[in-house]
Amino acid sequence: MQTDDRDEFSTQLKQHLPRYRAPPGLESRIRQMIAEQSRATPSMPWTERLALWWRQWAGVGLGFACGALLSVAVIQFRGAGGEGDAFEKQLLASHVRSLMVAHLTDVVSSDQHTVKPWFTGKLDYSPPVIDLQTQGFPLVGGRLDYLDGRAVASLVYRHGQHTINVFIRPAREQQLQKVTALQGFHLARWTQGDMQFWAISDVGADEMGKFINAFQAYRAE
Amino acid sequence: MTDKNRRFETEVLPHLDAAYNLARWLLRDEHAAEDVVQDAYIRAFQYFDSFRGGDARPWLLGIVRNACYTRFQQKTRTPQTANLDDDPEMYVPMVDARGQVQTPETMLDQKQLGAQISAAIAGLPMAFREVLILREIEEMSYDDIASIMQIPTGTVMSRLSRARAMLKEQLGDCR
Repeated sequence: MQTDDRDEFSTQLKQHLPRYRAPPGLESRIRQMIAEQSRATPSMPWTERLALWWRQWAGVGLGFACGALLSVAVIQFRGAGGEGDAFEKQLLASHVRSLMVAHLTDVVSSDQHTVKPWFTGKLDYSPPVIDLQTQGFPLVGGRLDYLDGRAVASLVYRHGQHTINVFIRPAREQQLQKVTALQGFHLARWTQGDMQFWAISDVGADEMGKFINAFQAYRAE
Repeated sequence: MTDKNRRFETEVLPHLDAAYNLARWLLRDEHAAEDVVQDAYIRAFQYFDSFRGGDARPWLLGIVRNACYTRFQQKTRTPQTANLDDDPEMYVPMVDARGQVQTPETMLDQKQLGAQISAAIAGLPMAFREVLILREIEEMSYDDIASIMQIPTGTVMSRLSRARAMLKEQLGDCR
């Protein structure tokens, strides 16, 4: 411990500053939520996990949003790469959740040189981080997410009022670029270098196309 | 109860007061602090697998801090945190500080001084406030603070000394 600078001023501060204590009830609420979370961990099929997840967050006063999302007809499609829709629904759930629960970003910065090192030590790979401000898609920040049983990097971009989440993980296989519609969102996936990318947003298909082009063009430089 | 669950409860849950204290000082709102801490804990649990052991406190506080910044960002609806500190709302002095009660004779003075210091800290920009809270109240090492704030250790030291200087200056006016 570095204690050499704990001079009189520090002592005085320490003496006079209140250390706020967590309000009663918070701990038991957290315990309860953790217990629910752990009941929902991977051994369960994703459908049940999703259902549990919905129930948890529905209480936050967003029940209407859940209802609306669930009642929207699911546009069915199958991924050519064998990922299946379960994974795509996970992506969608992560995207929606990132918008709902005040956790869009873990590191907030429009500077790619701040965001990229932030991932170091949190992931066993180094995701490419680029800012597309000049192309109309400013970088907002980054976030750790959890998909398909592993931690993945998520980059957050803004386009007007829309948010674009880009999930990045090491590629397991080459996948053809593809844009699909899922519950009113557009989901794009592509492979570039040794990384796989999924972008998801409520922007239109055209805008999504522009975003992918800008992203890939930058990477190609 | 799963093993992960048990480990989380013994390693991370005991830092609840530290987490709440940080959120409470940063957000200056008890309800917002409670929300953010609860949310941060759920996230911490989800990412607990990626926690590489050691002291869970800086790891947890890093998550809490990010959650606080996100909260701010949403509240002010600005895409950058860089200028959050210019938000005039940030300078509203906090007056509900609880000074430490000692003997009846010193009580009033102590209370006043405590309130003055608290208000002065509340008036500091967020980046300076957090370094002071982590160092002076939580008594964390420079390295831990650096990892929480995602800045180099040298920056922590210079920011801390600037924060102290700013605080001394403000308090100088009252004493």
